[in-house]
Amino acid sequence: MGEKIVGMAAALLHGLYGFLHLSALAPVLDTVVEAVVMFAFVAVFVMFLVWMERKVSAHMQSRIGPNRVGPLGLLQTLADAIKLTIKEDVKPVKRDKVPYFIAPIVAFVATFMGLVVIPFDKGVVVQDLNVGILYVIAITGFTVVAILTAGWSSNNKYALLGGFRSAAQIVSYEIPLVMSLVPVIMVTGTLSLKSIVDYQAQAGYWFVLPQLMAFLIFLTSATAEANRAPFDIPEAESELIGGFHTEYSGVKFAMFFLGEYIAMVVSASVATAVFLGGWLAPPFLGFLHLPGFVWFVLKILFMIYLIMAFRWTFPRLRVDQLMDFGWKVLIPLSIINILVTGFVILKGL
Amino acid sequence: MTDLLLSQIRAGQETQFGTDEYVVNLGPQHPSTHGVLRLVVRLDGETVKETTPVLGYLHRSIEKICENRTYPQCITYTDRVDYVSAMSVNYAFAQAVEKLMGIEVPVRAQWLRMIMVELQRIASHLLWMGSFAGDLGALTPLLYGMRERERIIDLFEMTCGQRLTYNYIRIGGVMIDILPEFVPKCRAFLDYFEDRIDEYEGLLTYNPIFLERTKGVGVITPEVGINCGVTGPALRGSGVSCDVRKKQPYLFYDQVKFEEALGQDGDCWSRYRVRMDELTQSVSIIRQCLDRLEPGPIEAKMPPVLKAPAGGEVYSRIESSRGEMGVYLVGDGTAKPWKAKFRCASFNNVYPLDQLTRGWKLADIMAVLGSMDMIVPEVDR
Repeated sequence: MGEKIVGMAAALLHGLYGFLHLSALAPVLDTVVEAVVMFAFVAVFVMFLVWMERKVSAHMQSRIGPNRVGPLGLLQTLADAIKLTIKEDVKPVKRDKVPYFIAPIVAFVATFMGLVVIPFDKGVVVQDLNVGILYVIAITGFTVVAILTAGWSSNNKYALLGGFRSAAQIVSYEIPLVMSLVPVIMVTGTLSLKSIVDYQAQAGYWFVLPQLMAFLIFLTSATAEANRAPFDIPEAESELIGGFHTEYSGVKFAMFFLGEYIAMVVSASVATAVFLGGWLAPPFLGFLHLPGFVWFVLKILFMIYLIMAFRWTFPRLRVDQLMDFGWKVLIPLSIINILVTGFVILKGL
Repeated sequence: MTDLLLSQIRAGQETQFGTDEYVVNLGPQHPSTHGVLRLVVRLDGETVKETTPVLGYLHRSIEKICENRTYPQCITYTDRVDYVSAMSVNYAFAQAVEKLMGIEVPVRAQWLRMIMVELQRIASHLLWMGSFAGDLGALTPLLYGMRERERIIDLFEMTCGQRLTYNYIRIGGVMIDILPEFVPKCRAFLDYFEDRIDEYEGLLTYNPIFLERTKGVGVITPEVGINCGVTGPALRGSGVSCDVRKKQPYLFYDQVKFEEALGQDGDCWSRYRVRMDELTQSVSIIRQCLDRLEPGPIEAKMPPVLKAPAGGEVYSRIESSRGEMGVYLVGDGTAKPWKAKFRCASFNNVYPLDQLTRGWKLADIMAVLGSMDMIVPEVDR
């Protein structure tokens, strides 16, 4: 279904190019169109997520949540976005100008680019790289550069501490994150997210069942990667005020904010593709005949709901406890998991 | 420049890369300090080398103001000494004046005061629970606490019309009698509230991260606690029995049955545990008070102008929500106190902060400070 829609859209688009005598530029234009469509989708989706976070937290805290702007408060995020855009951009005088300006852009772009390889439906993927997983991890790893730059260039002590914490945290949690994906790669023999989903379609099971441990490690590390509670020490409000983004306001703050949510979408998408069968319908709900895209989004929402529920339930870890947990618990567990998977493959069980 | 650096590195000189202390100001404007307490923290990386509380940002010289007001006028100011637990301070001052002038308070008024002070203790502990959890990064308990606190505040509002600074407990009695529907509403609240305590325990008490953050952190040994003048739940967390309600019963605390909640380890978690147990005890105390409430006058017969005897001197203390709350008054024969002094628990409870946080991480300052239940207006007055 998704493939059909994309095919129709492509045919229409190429007809349009021909009409405008731009056929020679088709590959470039295709990329531009894909980027714009992706951006529009993500922008709307992230707005929905911000609203959802507020509603989820409100529900968990026995409040009502936003309910004034638009039906059910759905337009609240739009109002907030407008507010942030027209707000004065307060900048510290002694900031390091260029890095201060670049950091939020890097944070936003790096996470956003991760979405390029996400297969939203059969055949609906901007660019199915054969090193998809590697690419996602590499590109989202860029956020640490942005956060460290932001913390350092703000010329603010809280921001610097936040930046340091973030660097330590992301570097530590990147390792279990990658290692939790390794068993799946070993089984499927591919790094392409699309092929991994295809493998699950053929095998008839999702990797969450045989690789439950890897899934849990991934979920934990992804929460840490996205700087979400209980691992949100880089922006620990109670001690560091805003952490690395203390000195950012207006649009630049919004970039960090959006970056965090997009990082969450990317993590949830990877988890969905790798562990939850991507666009495949759950076996017992196959009779619904929903498009694969809908299943994909539903699974992403489920993952994001989990991450949100963590945030509103748990206290925050201390920085040394966070490191302990990463190095002494998650990394050994993922190594054991890899070894066991390798053993099973070797014995052909 | 680069060559110079490289040669220095090769030569093993570290002049360019010397380590330095990192001095961070937490406050007076900071999300974690519950008001305008300022902490100057010297850090070595994330490790705390020294914590210096800087006080005085909320000093309003309430004691001096009291010396220029008549005794009944002072009650209004006592609300502001600890606005999270205003009833307790109201009562502490009223009790001191009554002792100074030898006023006999009617029985019903005493029971009413007890109900109010204990309700206030629950409200205060609930707010504390929320902000303590908030300091540790869990934001949901605050809303849970607020939800129940709201119902207590509604009870207060129904009685005296105020929601924060009540001015309800007056010299010689209370401002006004409770409404007939107060008693059933209060009982309904207590029944409802007992279940809620289990909810807090489920959400927070044995949460692994919460345990990790609070167990063994900020241990107050009994010696340190007593030497620093720490009182209230903060000291009882260390297993020292210091409840004024038991040691020097005031009101009718000797006529009701309740346990003094005691901890063992003196860490943040013990202090948390003590306050949670106190919630249960307060519920039981209020139930007993409601049972024994009988009709009668609510205000003592007093002269129109209250004058303390010249040279009269009194120090009276109560167990406020935060610890021992003492009021020292000296009369000079006029309608105004010659000297008024509040001994507030928070001031002393902040005292061991430096000792408790040295060598710990930055985030532990918030855990320790939060667990002491410090409130800035009490520190500065």
